[in-house]
Amino acid sequence: MYTFSKKLKLFSFALMILGALGLTYGFLSAPSNVEEAKAMVADAHGDGHGDIHEEITHHEADHHEEAGHDSSHDEHLLHQLQNKPWAALYVAALFFMMIALGALAFYAIQRAAQAGWSPVLYRVMEGVTGYLFPGTVIVFVLLVLSGLHLNHLFVWMDPEVVAHDELIQGKVSYLNVPFLLARAVFYIAGWNLYRYLSRKYSLAQDAVQGISFHKKNFRISAGFLVFFIYTESMMSWDWIMSVDPHWFSTLFGWYVFASMFVSGITAIALITIYLKAKGYLEKVNDNHIHDLAKFMFAISVFWTYLWFSQFMLIWYSNIPEEVTYFVTRIEDYNLPFFGMLIMNFIFPLLILMNSDYKRVNWFVVMAGIVILLGHYVDVYNMIMPATVGDQWSFGVSEIGGLLFFTGLFIYVVFNTLTKAPLEASGDPFIGESERFVY
Amino acid sequence: MSNKVLHAVYDDDDTLLHAVKEVRAEHYHIEEVFTPFPVHGLDKAMGLEPTRIAIMAFIYGCIGLSVAVLMMNFIMIEDWPQDIGGKPSFSYIENMPAFVPIMFEMTVFFAAHLMVITFYLRSKLWPFKEAENPIPATTDDKFLMEVAVGDDQKKLTALLKKTGAIDITVQEKQE
Repeated sequence: MYTFSKKLKLFSFALMILGALGLTYGFLSAPSNVEEAKAMVADAHGDGHGDIHEEITHHEADHHEEAGHDSSHDEHLLHQLQNKPWAALYVAALFFMMIALGALAFYAIQRAAQAGWSPVLYRVMEGVTGYLFPGTVIVFVLLVLSGLHLNHLFVWMDPEVVAHDELIQGKVSYLNVPFLLARAVFYIAGWNLYRYLSRKYSLAQDAVQGISFHKKNFRISAGFLVFFIYTESMMSWDWIMSVDPHWFSTLFGWYVFASMFVSGITAIALITIYLKAKGYLEKVNDNHIHDLAKFMFAISVFWTYLWFSQFMLIWYSNIPEEVTYFVTRIEDYNLPFFGMLIMNFIFPLLILMNSDYKRVNWFVVMAGIVILLGHYVDVYNMIMPATVGDQWSFGVSEIGGLLFFTGLFIYVVFNTLTKAPLEASGDPFIGESERFVY
Repeated sequence: MSNKVLHAVYDDDDTLLHAVKEVRAEHYHIEEVFTPFPVHGLDKAMGLEPTRIAIMAFIYGCIGLSVAVLMMNFIMIEDWPQDIGGKPSFSYIENMPAFVPIMFEMTVFFAAHLMVITFYLRSKLWPFKEAENPIPATTDDKFLMEVAVGDDQKKLTALLKKTGAIDITVQEKQE
C-alpha cells in the first residue's frame, strides 16, 4: 500500500494556495468598467518598451483613436480583460481534466485489448483517472457560470451578440446554454460511470478466484471506448471549438483527443517513475517505462500529424471563415503557437527517438515535463485567442491557474493511489506483465 | 584446432534460446544460428553486437529530407513558379506547408529503401545467391545451431544432447 508522503502533500497544498492567491489577484485586478480597461492598456503601452511588437500595437491604437474610436471597441477590450482570469482558470481546469480523460481512454484501451504488458501499471492509471470526477465537475461548474453570464468566454451565450450575428443564429439549435449543459451532464456522467465501474471491478478482481470481473471490465471498456470517441469529439466542439463560434474544423475532435491522449500517457509515465523512485511498484521495470515512452513518442508524432493536417488544409484553401483562426494565432500568438510545435514535436522527437533513451528514466521525465507544458500551451492556444484576443499574456492568473490545478491534481491522484494496493494482483495478465520484455 | 563444427538441430524456438544460453555459458563459440523466423532475444543471447542500422536510418532520413527540400525548391520556386490557390511561389519558406507532405514522404522513402539496401549489402545477400543454410529444413520448422568443436567433441555433443537437440552432426567447415 502506498502512503501519501507528508512532503508531497504539503507541496500540493502549497501549490493550491499559491495558485488560489494568483487567481484571486487575477480576478481582483481585472477592470470593472471601460475606463479602467483603457487605462490598463494605456499604462502597458505608456511604459515605453523598446519592443517592436508593442510599438506596432501602439500605433494601431493611435490609429484607432484618430479614426474616432468607436465605443464597441472599448467594450470589446473590457470584455477581453475581464475574460483573462476566467480564461486562465478555464484553460488550466480543462487541461487537467483532459489528462485524466486521456489516461482513462488509455486505460480502457489496455482493458479492451487485454494487454499483457500493462497490468502492473493499472493502479497508477486508476490513480490518474481518480482526478476525472473533480476535474469534470470543475469544468462543468465553469460552464454553468459562463451560462449565467458571469464571463464572456463563449460569445454565443450572449443574446446581444447572437442578435447581430447570422452565422451564430444558424447554430442556435445546437449552441444554446440548456442543451450545452445537458450534453455536458451526459458526457460527464458516462465517463465517470465507466471510471467508477472499472475501478470497482478492478479491485473486486483482486479478491476473487477466476476471471469474472476481468471479463466484465473487458466488456464495459469496449463499450466505453465507443461512447468515448463520440462524446470526446462532441465535448471538443462544445467546450473548446465553440469559443470561436464561426470557425469549424472537422478533425478537431481527433486533434483534441491526440492532445489529451499524449498528456494522459505522459502523466502515467511520470507518476510511475516517481513511485518507482520512492521504492514502490517493484514489478515495474525499464521495459514498462520503455513502452510508455514509445507511446509518448508515437502520440506526439500523431498529434503533430493532426495539427499539420488541420493547418495545411485551412492554409491552402484560404477560406476567410476558416483561415482567420490561424491568422489570429500566427499574428498575435506567434511564440506560443510555434513554440508549442517545438515542445510537442521537435523536442520529444529528438529526445525519445533513440531506443536506449526511452529506458533512461530522467530522459523520459525531461521529455514528459516538456510535453505536458507543451500541451498546456496547446489548450491555451485553443481558448485564449477567442476569449482575450491580443490582450494575452502569461501572467499571475495564468501561472496561478496552472499551479492551483497542478496542486489539486497531485493531491487527488496520490490520494487515490493510497486507497488500494499498487499491484493489481488478481489480474489474469499480471504474470505476463511482470515478465514482459519489450 | 580443427575446422570442425557441430550442427545441432532443434525443433522449438524456446528450447533453442535456452540451448544458446547454456552453450555460451560453457564457453563454446557459436558460429551461427539458422532459424525459419526471427527469434525474439536471440541476438542478445548470442552476444551479438547491437545493430547500427538505426544510425544509418537517421542519416538516410536526413538525406531524404534534404533531397526533398532541394527538389521542391528547384521545381516549384526556381524553375517553374506557379500561382496555386492565390499563393505565388516566390519563396520556399512561405510555401513550405505545401511541401511538407513531400518532405515527409521522401524522408520515409529514403530511409526505408536505403536501409533495406544497406541490410542486403551488410548481410551479403543478392539475387541468385546460393543459400548458406546447411539444411533446407531451417526455412521450414527446424532451428540449427552451428558450434565450433573445441578440444573435446564428446563433451560438446553430450552438452548439446542435454539442451534438447534432436539431431547432431559433425561437419568439416570449408572456408
